[in-house]
Amino acid sequence: MSTTVTPASAPVAATRPGRAPSRRRPRRSRQGQSGGALTGWLFALPTALFVVLLFLVPLVLVFQMAASDWPLLGGNQGINFPENFPEALDNRFFIDSVIFTLKYTVLATVLLIGLGLGLALLVQESSRWKGFLRTAFLVPSALGLASASLLFYVLYSPIAGPFAELTKSWGFTFLGTPDAALWSTLFLIVWRFAGFYMLLMLVGLQGIPEEVYEAARIDGGSRWQIFRDITVPLLKPTLALTTVMCVTGSLLAFEQFYILTKGGPDNSTITVVQLIYNVAFQGPNNLGVAGALSVIVLAALVIINIVQIRAFSKKAED
Amino acid sequence: MTALIEPPTTVAADRPAEPPRGGRKAPRTTSLGGIAIQMPFWVLTAALAVIFLYPLVWTAISSVAPLAGTNQTDGWGLGNYITLANYQDGILQYIGNSVFVSLLTVVLTLVISLLGGYAFARFSFHGKNALFLATIAILMVPYATLLIPLYVLLNMVGLSNSLVGVALVLTMFQLPFSTFMMRIAFESIPKELDEAAMVDGCNSWTVLWKVLVPAVKPGLITVGLFAFLAAWNDFMAPLILINDSAKMTLPLAVSNLRGQVQGVVDYGATEAGVVVLALPCILLFLILQRHYVRGFMSGAFKG
Repeated sequence: MSTTVTPASAPVAATRPGRAPSRRRPRRSRQGQSGGALTGWLFALPTALFVVLLFLVPLVLVFQMAASDWPLLGGNQGINFPENFPEALDNRFFIDSVIFTLKYTVLATVLLIGLGLGLALLVQESSRWKGFLRTAFLVPSALGLASASLLFYVLYSPIAGPFAELTKSWGFTFLGTPDAALWSTLFLIVWRFAGFYMLLMLVGLQGIPEEVYEAARIDGGSRWQIFRDITVPLLKPTLALTTVMCVTGSLLAFEQFYILTKGGPDNSTITVVQLIYNVAFQGPNNLGVAGALSVIVLAALVIINIVQIRAFSKKAED
Repeated sequence: MTALIEPPTTVAADRPAEPPRGGRKAPRTTSLGGIAIQMPFWVLTAALAVIFLYPLVWTAISSVAPLAGTNQTDGWGLGNYITLANYQDGILQYIGNSVFVSLLTVVLTLVISLLGGYAFARFSFHGKNALFLATIAILMVPYATLLIPLYVLLNMVGLSNSLVGVALVLTMFQLPFSTFMMRIAFESIPKELDEAAMVDGCNSWTVLWKVLVPAVKPGLITVGLFAFLAAWNDFMAPLILINDSAKMTLPLAVSNLRGQVQGVVDYGATEAGVVVLALPCILLFLILQRHYVRGFMSGAFKG
């Protein structure tokens, strides 16, 4: 799609060179075409209002909260910086939730990127059967994460699930032990998101010109060689983007654990975002500490994403 | 659905006699030999399709199947849906809440991103790039980080515990994607179209309304579809922003319903709830699949 954008606009500019300078000085241009700055602002005003009032103001407020004594019901009790931060770090679930979230993120990212790419390669060419497969893989991604979690909550149940008899005779439960709960949740996430990542990979694969493959085949490259030396390097931008998306999404995991495991068994599946929610609304009701945790997560996310983007652009240079 | 999967495998199984040809580069042939070679492919992909579709099909079927401990203990029927219908304020109330939030979010997202996309694509004004970057930056801030201050802010302006407040917040979270999409949609229309309309005496408002809106319709459908799916399915925003049980949205209501009777989970009603939640999404997805895919093909994710 993006390729069609440039050709369409380029000839317009080329055939009418006289218009080009008028864009710089809107005053001189005829009223309308590329329009007055004021008209532009009016059209952008709703966007600006939403961004300022519902994004920038809350963003500033979260920093203020992090530096203030702010109980949920009592409201702002004034600055107490930096008290909230040590309190956040001292929370008895902090270290465990960080470790668990990182573990979950690594596993989910490896699984989703690997399976997304695998599925994309499987259904790449178009045929009826492959079209059906694409739809089948994509349907779960139309469901909400909460709906999918509720679905698997029943599916995994030792009472109502389809595997209830089987698991009973094996003495196994899907959500009973920390490891089983982690892998069961990962299966749910793969089921829900694999089609979505397949779609992103398909977009990337489409961008690789057929001639490159042809040339490699003429040179006698095996399937594996073509995959390793052509597909993967040329897919790097897509891989970078999907990895950043997947890591960010997984670090902020909430619904799947809130609904499926409720943080259990034995508080073994509490993610960082769940911890923030619990501190703010379920018990301590301390918005100050929750704000401090939010600021820590925000900072960690920014750093992790910068590191990832640097790593990928460095590899691309090689 | 599963019936669709079987024919290819049975075809392959019926004719195993044909010896596989030596030709390496023959995946495209539909000859019997080709099918025999592709046998592992058929089996693997059919198994994958079953894995992806099974949970949906199973839930739909077992929501009307008999199960002890639910309202549908013997025989098939809609007992679970009756439980669901009578849950607290009634399922219709929660569906109504969800429909209200979703439609308001869709309308707000469409209006704001239509105007914003037009402004970003066709006008130059001070702070244009800063505003666009700030809009995209919404993507980079964790959901939870914003929801807690938003909870406090909405309380201050009297929108606490309000479905309008939830819709406003959900619209804000849709803006990065929708503004980006609409900007691309407008930029792909040649400017000559605007100019011709201007010559005919249109102003920038009538140009937008009469000439450009029809041209960007596919983009609007994609943006609207994504806004609807996001709003209908959202769990965390209503979880934090809504306290009153009569104002819960459907995902929240179904999630809470699990612990209805003295902590005993009514699995049947939960299945029915999942079906009610999922059905509109799956139908919309199947009808508008092309637009859903187009959202990604638009280059938004090409990095």
